[in-house]
Amino acid sequence: MKTLEELNVVKAKMEGEVALRTHGNASSKYERHVLVCGGTGCTSSGSMKIIDALEREISANGLTEKVQIVKTGCFGLCALGPIMIVYPEGTFYSMVTEDRIARIVKEHFVEGNPVKEYLYNETVDGDEIKALDDTAFYKKQHRVALRNCGVINPECIDEYIGRGGYEALGKALKEMSQDEVIQTILDSGLRGRGGGGFPTGMKWKLAKNIVKEGQKYVACNADEGDPGAFMDRSVLEGDPHVVLEAMAIAGYAIGADQGYIYVRAEYPIAVERLEIAIKQAREKGLLGKNIFGTDFSFDIGLRLGAGAFVCGEETALMTSIEGNRGEPRPRPPFPAEKGLFGKPTLLNNVETYANIPQIILNGADWFTSMGTEKSRGTKVFAVGGKINNTGLVEIPMGTTLRTVIEEIGGGIPNGKKFKAAQTGGPSGGCIPAEHLDIPIDYDNLISIGSMMGSGGLIVMDEDNCMVDIAKFFLEFTVDESCGKCTPCRVGTRRLLEILDKITKGQGTLEDIDKLEELCYYIKANALCGLGQTAPNPVLSTLKYFRHEYIAHVVDKKCEAGVCRDLLSYEIVKDNCIGCGVCAKQCPANAITRTDYIAPGKKLAAMEIDKEKCVKCGACVGVCKPGAIIKK
Amino acid sequence: MGSKKKAAPFNGTPEQEKQLKEVIASLKDEQGCLMPIMQKAQDIYGYLPIEVQTMIAEGTGIPLEKIYGVATFYAQFSLYPKGKYRISVCLGTACYVKGAGDLYEKLIEKLGIQGGECTADGKFSLEACRCIGACGLAPVLTVNEDVYGRLTPDMLDDILAKYN
Repeated sequence: MKTLEELNVVKAKMEGEVALRTHGNASSKYERHVLVCGGTGCTSSGSMKIIDALEREISANGLTEKVQIVKTGCFGLCALGPIMIVYPEGTFYSMVTEDRIARIVKEHFVEGNPVKEYLYNETVDGDEIKALDDTAFYKKQHRVALRNCGVINPECIDEYIGRGGYEALGKALKEMSQDEVIQTILDSGLRGRGGGGFPTGMKWKLAKNIVKEGQKYVACNADEGDPGAFMDRSVLEGDPHVVLEAMAIAGYAIGADQGYIYVRAEYPIAVERLEIAIKQAREKGLLGKNIFGTDFSFDIGLRLGAGAFVCGEETALMTSIEGNRGEPRPRPPFPAEKGLFGKPTLLNNVETYANIPQIILNGADWFTSMGTEKSRGTKVFAVGGKINNTGLVEIPMGTTLRTVIEEIGGGIPNGKKFKAAQTGGPSGGCIPAEHLDIPIDYDNLISIGSMMGSGGLIVMDEDNCMVDIAKFFLEFTVDESCGKCTPCRVGTRRLLEILDKITKGQGTLEDIDKLEELCYYIKANALCGLGQTAPNPVLSTLKYFRHEYIAHVVDKKCEAGVCRDLLSYEIVKDNCIGCGVCAKQCPANAITRTDYIAPGKKLAAMEIDKEKCVKCGACVGVCKPGAIIKK
Repeated sequence: MGSKKKAAPFNGTPEQEKQLKEVIASLKDEQGCLMPIMQKAQDIYGYLPIEVQTMIAEGTGIPLEKIYGVATFYAQFSLYPKGKYRISVCLGTACYVKGAGDLYEKLIEKLGIQGGECTADGKFSLEACRCIGACGLAPVLTVNEDVYGRLTPDMLDDILAKYN
């Protein structure tokens, strides 16, 4: 595109179409839009088959001109997938199966009556049907980074433009100087969403000013490695153009003409959508030479990661793009001075970029109106683990964990008790119930021994053992330590050995002290951010759940019943019907019959010889009356 | 873990070699081309045995030891052939707290192989992976491109049976 007018023509054409999906002033040529989630979660649940079935039924009912099928990115409520939303009503069909489509098309699309029994049950209240936005899961959310996810077809650049896409790039190039762009980002108070929370505007300013001339690069960290965090993937899958647009704005601001996106190879759908998006943007002239007829040229290349957690660290990521083992390098020099291929480089993560175009369009004041004083805007969390509504949640900073878990997340399933929320992945910590009312922002999370990280939020209940969780994270770190520096390479291994000893019931109180001491040593001496934060899961569980460590060491008990070596199985004789199935199942011949016949039962009860028992749990699975308990 | 695995004899075809040479020719002048070349090479051969690494070294002029260093650094590069059906159990946090560890152990037991190994008939290989991002469906495993979610250990037999 050579002019903003060309962009406006496309926008005018598409605006009415996409507005149908946001209750705006719609002028769509279709009566209905059916949005089916094509994100990783719903695709895994079979949403592509739903699209096929919809196409068949819609054409069989002669509705091809009236109903448009749109494959979107993630809606966020992955546990209820495949998800299908019908506009203009905004009705929400959850866990859709192929065999339901014929009825939905006939009753809803032809006759105009939504099929209530297939709707997400929370949206049906007697005769009333609530729209998607009115459910507890969505009501408290505020979508900035995710504003287009689940709204547009990510493989169609025109739909993105219909939602105001590439206008911010036009505004920056035509109306703002480089310094004005940077000042706007600075004033917005946006901080890096990838973990550290460094002020984004400051990064941009450094990248522009430290070295004034010559080749510079803009890079995007899409190597979302924290297990349990998938917001970046969802942005890339649901709204890839927002990242391209933001990178181009960044390129203009710092004076770079080339960008790189480093994305995990584990995200095939995201990679594919990015490839499509880059191609479309080039075709429209929104990437390439002389964008909007200005002197500014910018292009973006994709680089795929190959499965190394450490490559999420900025210097390791750049080393990897250069084609090397992804080992971190010491800072300084910082990337703003000497980054990719030795040139000044600006690196931000996906979610950070996803905020940029909106800030440019709406101004810094709009952004600072959300969030807390030191953490402006919103944050996306990937809520998972023991929680009813697993999925993606975008909330203003300062929302409490309790709101996220109990209201938006719908609480803990099966009436279990909340134990801890883990944030920040392998670099973060576990937050206990006593801190649930803390407003979430960067500084508060650090003050209670955890961190924001990239936004993974895993809920744990009484069945999770915190020593086991610490061990789980250390196994991860040991596996993923790149090996360059000794504190991380050797230190984390020693931590894991001690934790392993404790979970086997062989630990001593001295081991707990040693564990703690070693943690501080690693924190102080490791080379990169990953090594320095690797002990956090241990330290935070020691801080809030020390009693569990002590129970493992002194009483040789694992309250949660997870650590196998500390478990014992027992048959409650009064509940045993004496069928003997458990004895047949037992691989160690540890179960025998007693003389005791429980009241009301016909056969003598069974019992477990604890010496012989190998604690495999096979008996529990086959016991019909549930008489076998884990202690 | 590496020492346990047996390397099968390399049997690359001339077509594969031709494809690899084309890949090298098209990419080798780009900055940082090594990983994209290795990724494409693994797509062609399924793994990166020393023979393939040598071809890349000769084609690009990059020293073999550097290529080997990169190949052994990243989890996705494999020096050993994988099974016809690659089973990958997600051991990300969300899956782990929902019992993915049990799934993994059950598969080790059922297949009679350790993680990173391949069954003798070349049919199944087993590995653990770090989060495929389908946390809403936890616990999750994948068999090649198929994703199975909301699993319990008693569902594994049915899944394996599909590929037998």
